[in-house]
Amino acid sequence: MISRIAQERMWFATFRIAALTVLLFLFAFLLILSLKGARVINWEFLTQSPREGMTEGGIFPAILGTLYLSLGAVLLAFPVGVMTAIYLTFYAPRNPLTQAIRVSISNLAGTPSIVFGLFGLALFVKTFGFGVSILSGVLTLGLLVLPIVIRASEEALRAVPQEFIEASYALGATKLQTIRSVVLPAASGGILTGVILSLARAAGETAPILFTAASFYTTELPKSPFDETLALPFHIFALMTEGTAPEAHTRIAFGATLVLLALVLSLNLVAIIQRYRLQRGKRW
Amino acid sequence: MVEKPKIVVEDLNFWFRDLRVLKGVSLKIPENKITAIMGPSGCGKSTFLRCLNRMNDLIEGAKLQGRVLLDGEEIYGEGVDVFELRKRVGMVFQKPNPLPKSIFENVAYGLRLHGMKDEIEERVERALKDVNLWEEVRDKLSRSAFELSGGQQQRLCIARCLVLEPEVLLLDEPASALDPVSTAKLEELLNKLKERYTIVIVTHNLQQAARISDLVAFMYLGEIVEFGETARVFTNPKDERTERYLTGRFG
Repeated sequence: MISRIAQERMWFATFRIAALTVLLFLFAFLLILSLKGARVINWEFLTQSPREGMTEGGIFPAILGTLYLSLGAVLLAFPVGVMTAIYLTFYAPRNPLTQAIRVSISNLAGTPSIVFGLFGLALFVKTFGFGVSILSGVLTLGLLVLPIVIRASEEALRAVPQEFIEASYALGATKLQTIRSVVLPAASGGILTGVILSLARAAGETAPILFTAASFYTTELPKSPFDETLALPFHIFALMTEGTAPEAHTRIAFGATLVLLALVLSLNLVAIIQRYRLQRGKRW
Repeated sequence: MVEKPKIVVEDLNFWFRDLRVLKGVSLKIPENKITAIMGPSGCGKSTFLRCLNRMNDLIEGAKLQGRVLLDGEEIYGEGVDVFELRKRVGMVFQKPNPLPKSIFENVAYGLRLHGMKDEIEERVERALKDVNLWEEVRDKLSRSAFELSGGQQQRLCIARCLVLEPEVLLLDEPASALDPVSTAKLEELLNKLKERYTIVIVTHNLQQAARISDLVAFMYLGEIVEFGETARVFTNPKDERTERYLTGRFG
């Protein structure tokens, strides 16, 4: 029989190994990508359009396209998401309709992103006639990140201590006044964290923009929301499946991957720092 | 006994879901006096207090029956502006609950809610002076209210009510989270304030009820067992349950 102390040690070691695996994996991941990607990254790569059938030049239009798409999507999902969260937290009665809204949000969050892509194609591209465009992509990605914004906002709103809300009501505040002057300021940090995370998510998604916004190859920058655009995740896919000049394409693809990763990780980092500051600054 | 009742409660019953919390409570609360409600934990005294400014409206599953009159007017009547009512009947909670705002903004908040845009600074200063807090905070009005001590926070919460020039002040065990020095300051303050306001204080601290109140009601299991002038109730309780409570034999 193994002594209890030995058991303790053994399990502790096992847990630690499991945790270290994650770290190791991330480290290897970053190392390989950096080694392969860093070689092509220079000022020109970040600021120029692709040339010569994507074997030369940079990825600037893809960076710009990703910024347009993700910022647009979040700009759209933010007001709708926060308002939905306010409704669900403070107004929604306990009835089948509310239940239906909640179930919808969960389902929306769990839907595979390719489904969003096809939905966007059917509704925005075809039915509304927006074509393959930034607008269609923004709308599709907006729907995709909506549940993230709603959930983060709901969580942040619920975390506001009841005593603040009571204090406000006791002074004769209406519900709306209380939400606006007490609840939202107190929840803003948590909501912001959700917004940043959804920005990162929208920037990294490929499937939703596949049929709705992304162009395979263009040297032009989009001039209006009705133009199609390059975007980083799809650009990587395009490079890797193009097949005419595998070596050059792969090189550029790794460069683009590193840029995308840096973009997403730095957004996540901002969210993490924000959360940390929030927890530290909390005095209730 | 009560000549000039500010608040009249008639046969008030209150349910939380299936639980009957208040059983036919009737009480006349006089103007410019301190009325204490004492009783053991869970006897319904906080619930009773919250019926007086309709804070119980916010609780799901709550049901109320009976009448509460403020200056002769039914506060649960149709067309009553509950937000205006809560301005007239201020409330201070058990645990100091400043808002996550600056000291100044905590006091100014009520003024802004009710669209009282004139002389905000003067009113805030006056309210802070009323609660004897001005000298302690005048140099740090823009600092967070959470930087204050518990006793200071509680006085800030009272100032936050007073700035709205209420008629009644409800206090729900306001000293239970405070140290003895802060408690003494608070009691002294209440004594000063009763000249201008009608004060109802809930407490389970007998000494406190004896020290500061003019009238005292003893509540037990959702009923008012005894109500009368504080000195009389403490020296010569009429109900056996009051006597047992006062002598520490239950509660």
